[in-house]
Amino acid sequence: MRIVKEFTKGFTTQLPPFRLVLGLCPVLAVTTTVENGIGMGLAATFVLLCSNVMISLLRKVIPSKVRIACFIVLIASFVVIVELVMKAFFFGLSQSLGIFIPLIVVNCIILGRAEAFAAKNPVHYAAVDGLGVGLGFTLSLAVVGALREILGQGTFFGSSVFGPGFEPFAFMAQAPGAFVCLGALLFLMNVYDRHRLRMRT
Amino acid sequence: MDLIMLVIGAILVKNILLMQYLGNCPFLGTSKRMETAIGMGMAVIFTMTLSTAITWLVSRAILVPLGLEYLRTIAFILVIAALVQFVEIFMKKAMPALYQALGIFLPLITTNCAILGVALLVVEKQYDFVHMMVFGPASAAGFALALILFAGIRERFRIAHMPRTIQDTAIGLITAGLMSLAFLGFKGMA
Repeated sequence: MRIVKEFTKGFTTQLPPFRLVLGLCPVLAVTTTVENGIGMGLAATFVLLCSNVMISLLRKVIPSKVRIACFIVLIASFVVIVELVMKAFFFGLSQSLGIFIPLIVVNCIILGRAEAFAAKNPVHYAAVDGLGVGLGFTLSLAVVGALREILGQGTFFGSSVFGPGFEPFAFMAQAPGAFVCLGALLFLMNVYDRHRLRMRT
Repeated sequence: MDLIMLVIGAILVKNILLMQYLGNCPFLGTSKRMETAIGMGMAVIFTMTLSTAITWLVSRAILVPLGLEYLRTIAFILVIAALVQFVEIFMKKAMPALYQALGIFLPLITTNCAILGVALLVVEKQYDFVHMMVFGPASAAGFALALILFAGIRERFRIAHMPRTIQDTAIGLITAGLMSLAFLGFKGMA
């Protein structure tokens, strides 16, 4: 079943940002808590799904010479929708994500999927691809966010994990912790891959 | 004094790459060799100075008087995309040597989130003309500084022995973390 494969590849071979090292800025910036990570991930998923569908529908209309400009305008329109909806219904979240919501426009994953997949495939595959990659991205953000929130603040979704005696590892909550945490996760993933490869042969 | 603080703040204390997490894709993508890092740094300084000024003008002269602030994201990304294209054509004609040196990095800048990020930050902080003209180039200089330092470290990795699983991006991110830790030391300055 091709449609299932297009969906699951977002979690396996094309899992952003670990397999495709793209769109790192939001992963580093907003993952101070799980909640922010999931919020950002879902916002990006919505934009990715809508832009993939629209671009796939319009793929025969858009002239190939100006396609990047057209893609960016389409993506930007959906980002504006997300921005306004978030300000209206999730004000606290939109405050803590700050300029990273408008910056979804320049997230390389979205333009990358548009160029590499949606512009070449029929609409149902494009929709499934957008949803899969978007949810994979949300999952990665949630994992990094959980790790940083538990270690950096000693909480998970705002409730305390270790009890009052825990001294938070403040390094993880700040910029350096974000880089090191992502690097370490990438390293562990490579180790796992190699291990699996060795088991198979 | 205020402006000097702004420059120090933008280059060191709130470095856009290491402290504000903007523009990390080109940071990891173009830092494997020194020449490409310098090329990218120069291209960013040039475009960011221009784009910050133009988006500031667009925002002040068109969007705010007409009450169209909600179109800011679309307007800014269009201005930046058009500007990058224009700069590319202009440089090809007027400064072929520099165009050759920057090469493929110019078109890539459109999707560099540092450019759009700084443009948005300037509007969000409501800087006036002078502060904006200082903040844009200073942020770009901070980007170039961090990128060139990082490329210097990364060039050494080619002769270092390390496990294959940690090579490339993984060790790159951890190095960036250590650099960011070093930049954290500037925090008391501004």
